[in-house]
Amino acid sequence: MVRELQAMAALFERDPGSLVFLELGEELRRMGRLESGVRVALTGLEWHPSLAEAHDLYARILVDIGDLDRAREVWMRVLERHPRHVGALKGLGFLSFWDGDVDTALDRLETALGVDPTDYTVVQALMTVRAAVEASEPASEEVAVDSVFGGFEGADEGMLLVSDRGRVLGGRLRGRDAEDVSEEAAAYLSGAAQEAERTSRMLGLGAWRWMVAEAADGNVHVSSPDPETLLLVVRDRSVPAGRLAVVAERAGHAARSWLETSRP
Amino acid sequence: MTHPYVRLLEQITRVGGVRGAMLVVADDGLVVAESLMVGIRGAAIAALAASLTRRFAMVTKTSTVGELGFLHLQGEDGTLAIVPAPTGVLVVAVGGSDMNVGLARLEMLRIAEVAR
Repeated sequence: MVRELQAMAALFERDPGSLVFLELGEELRRMGRLESGVRVALTGLEWHPSLAEAHDLYARILVDIGDLDRAREVWMRVLERHPRHVGALKGLGFLSFWDGDVDTALDRLETALGVDPTDYTVVQALMTVRAAVEASEPASEEVAVDSVFGGFEGADEGMLLVSDRGRVLGGRLRGRDAEDVSEEAAAYLSGAAQEAERTSRMLGLGAWRWMVAEAADGNVHVSSPDPETLLLVVRDRSVPAGRLAVVAERAGHAARSWLETSRP
Repeated sequence: MTHPYVRLLEQITRVGGVRGAMLVVADDGLVVAESLMVGIRGAAIAALAASLTRRFAMVTKTSTVGELGFLHLQGEDGTLAIVPAPTGVLVVAVGGSDMNVGLARLEMLRIAEVAR
């Protein structure tokens, strides 16, 4: 790595206008060489003042230095020009979280996830914030959430009701070792549903009704019980797609009933 | 001269309700071959199908059901079906709401086997 860093530094020295400063600055930040990182980022910004990635790099280094106010200003400026910049949304999300403003933090991170649902760092950030929110909420909430699919087989391991912004409302999804993967799945599901909506609209398929995925070890059914929620039903391959659709239909009815009674 | 893959894709487009079929590079959504009815926007279908597959693959991966083998998006007025081939190519079919998805799926899986 040292050799790569030296090579990047040499290239930057020779051609300070090249984009190598982004990688060099990030590496310096990771190594904790923050003063050098700032110098590289600021030089890069002189050459590329409108490059959002350069501002994002500078803001991340500022956070590591502890200058959170300035980092916030930099990211806000990025968002003014690029409202869907994932780095800025993620950075501001975490700053809001540290400030104790969880609503804004969730809002920023959920927007970032909508822009790039495959960004694992955003998923992780969102899960961290949601876990903190859940830990601070009263236990009675959990009881209400578990009551959405009461009586349904597999509700505790292969059925999930999610808000259109990727928040778990009910049910649970478990991984191979029975660990709870609901939050992660919810985050990805939200992005997939947004893409399904965009695909249907742009290809003239009308409003999307449902999606079915067949995979090596199971089948997945996704539907939208109402305009603001998504329903994920997962079963092993022994449950054929047709049967899965029936289960999803019934679960959708249960979800709608629960939503009607739980919404103000 | 007709691309050999186009002949394969025509086996899908013969299925009832199918308006077009394509082979698409999964990573970037570029069209490899297509057999589409007039007026169907191949490039748009390819890009959207690739993006949807990438995003849905994250759902199946997290849901621990393994590799995505077939994806079916049902809209009010139409249908999109996708089979990811092991070689990084997607077999894509688009059709009306009356598309015979079962038959199209069989043809798509067969083509995914030979699309290398």
